[in-house]
Amino acid sequence: MQSDDVIWSAIGNQFCSYKVKTVTQNFCRNEYNVTGFCSRQSCPLANSRYATVREHEGVLYLYVKTIERAHSPAHMWEKIKLSNNYTKALEQIDKELIYWPNFTTHKCKQRVTKITQYLIRMRRAKLHAQPKLVGVKKKLDRREAVRERKALAAAHLERAIEKELLERLKSKAYGDAPLNVNESVWAALLDKEKARERGEELEEDESEEEKELEEEEEEEREFVSDVSESEDDLSDLEQVTDGVDDYSEESGDEDNADADTKPAPKSKSMLGKRKADFRSRKPKRGPRVEVEYENETEIAPRVRVAAGW
Amino acid sequence: MPTSHRFAPSAIKNKQKREQIFHKAKKEKGQAKLQRRLANAKHEADDPKAKQKRLADNVPRTLENTREFDPSFLTADPSVAGHTTQDSSSSTAAQQQPVAEAAADIASDPFSSYFSSIDDPTIPPRVLITTSPKATRAAYEFCDELVGVFPGAEFHRRPKTRGFEMGKIAGWAAGRGFTNLVVVNENTKKPNAITMVHLPDGPTAYFKLTSIELTKKIFGHARATAHHPELVLNNFVTRLGHTVGRMFQTFFPPLPEFQGRQVVTLHNQRDFLFFRRHRYAFRSTEKVALQEIGPRFTLKLRSLKKGLPAVNYLGDVAKPLEFDDFGESREQTETAADDQGGPGAEEEPAEAAQTAKKVPPKADEYEWVWKPELETSRRTFFL
Repeated sequence: MQSDDVIWSAIGNQFCSYKVKTVTQNFCRNEYNVTGFCSRQSCPLANSRYATVREHEGVLYLYVKTIERAHSPAHMWEKIKLSNNYTKALEQIDKELIYWPNFTTHKCKQRVTKITQYLIRMRRAKLHAQPKLVGVKKKLDRREAVRERKALAAAHLERAIEKELLERLKSKAYGDAPLNVNESVWAALLDKEKARERGEELEEDESEEEKELEEEEEEEREFVSDVSESEDDLSDLEQVTDGVDDYSEESGDEDNADADTKPAPKSKSMLGKRKADFRSRKPKRGPRVEVEYENETEIAPRVRVAAGW
Repeated sequence: MPTSHRFAPSAIKNKQKREQIFHKAKKEKGQAKLQRRLANAKHEADDPKAKQKRLADNVPRTLENTREFDPSFLTADPSVAGHTTQDSSSSTAAQQQPVAEAAADIASDPFSSYFSSIDDPTIPPRVLITTSPKATRAAYEFCDELVGVFPGAEFHRRPKTRGFEMGKIAGWAAGRGFTNLVVVNENTKKPNAITMVHLPDGPTAYFKLTSIELTKKIFGHARATAHHPELVLNNFVTRLGHTVGRMFQTFFPPLPEFQGRQVVTLHNQRDFLFFRRHRYAFRSTEKVALQEIGPRFTLKLRSLKKGLPAVNYLGDVAKPLEFDDFGESREQTETAADDQGGPGAEEEPAEAAQTAKKVPPKADEYEWVWKPELETSRRTFFL
């Protein structure tokens, strides 16, 4: 029934599904092979007397072939658990495989050595954190690259940065004597601020006066002329404070306003400059309000970055 | 537009005639459009309000202004910020209430010590910069750039031997007075990720790193000076966004040196964080000139962990089991300490705080993790 020579003549010379052919040597992929070579001696199929060592979840077992059970391959191998202790395992092999060919015992012991060594390596590697490997997701990367490109286009980075810096400059986040601003620019900014503040003060005065007028009707006549003038002022200043270059209204005002205060009509290209002139010239007429600036140069304030969020 | 033709141009069979008529019609159409636009421009020049009205009416729908509402928005008035959809308007009232709560939450976050510290604000925070193990030149060059960006940065090579896990490095760095740790990860000889750790107690943020342009690759770049830069953090809206923004702030000294006129920007747009560094000059009250210094790169938040990066040694001896004695023993020890006397009891916690080394946790505790399925809607953003 079990004829080793017949089996070997078939699988050794013709075809074996476990055989891996290379130029120099043939290998065997059968898990029970004790050496891994495809040879007459170490073939687990063509030997009725065979023993090997295998590892299962870190435990070593000696597998001994019992050829009498060849009719039921599931029960053909006798599985003997080997000790954790290396020397004891070798002794166990000697004891179990007594009177076996020297080749078998020797190869089994070699295999015990090899498996013990790789188990030690595995356990040691497990102790330390190993780098975690992550798969490359090409499609996802491509999609994110496209989204990033579009986000960059939508960000208008330089514009956003410029806007934020100007906001900081105007909100006096750099302090009252900033080191990072050109003097002329800073002076222009302060002029603008002053003009605006005067405008606001004027408005407040105006509203107060109106209240007074309502309360004290007797003195009404004395104030009327003043009020009408300042009302003119107000209408002009409202334009200033609103910051709206409203030309249609202005043209309407031209009839009422004095000739000297009215700015000479200029071309459209001068639009920005004209506005600046307009503002700086305006507040000459109204009542003066002195604005005191407190200089605290000792402690420069921290930039409130949170405001920009 | 004259419609003198009896036929549609496409119905004419003679190709030359068809082309001639088609081009004529096309030109007329273009001219009509041009005239219309010129007239419109003239009308708007006369009446600026018309232009304002047109601009106010024709607001294009973008991903930014159709963004889906997220209850963790922290802007004082989300409708002003323009980051909400219509359905959010109903919930704004409900959302206004916890603003104070959110402020308190932010004030007690791990970065609060940076913002409330009474140290000299010109001293830059110490930042330790290192790479992943076995890094190559690309990562080192990028790290050099980072050292130039953060005023208090130090670069250290990652040792090649085992046992230098990120969490351990973070613990040691915290013990040596570093306040931040940056680890540049490298893959296939390209820096591809960056881990930022706030020391001593975290959090740890992990970013994807793309579009790196080193300074020397930027055309017409300016030269950096050693001045502490200003910071611009744009568009961080949600609670998570604020965490990231505040974390980034802690890398820089609280008080910039304005005479350097350098500004570092982290601009958030659709969850991509664009890093830029510029030198600026105010040309007028309305105009700023910018010159890029570099480097530039883009970050995208992948995860935010609570503490330091975890280090788990399987070989460590497990903690012995502890049994809850329902506070009996603690009371006893307390009473015992009281009996011994005040000064001894007071000294103990101080000593404990000094000797307590920063030990990285065994397992990561994630505050937020990015997953691909989070981005199924393009109008959802998290920062």
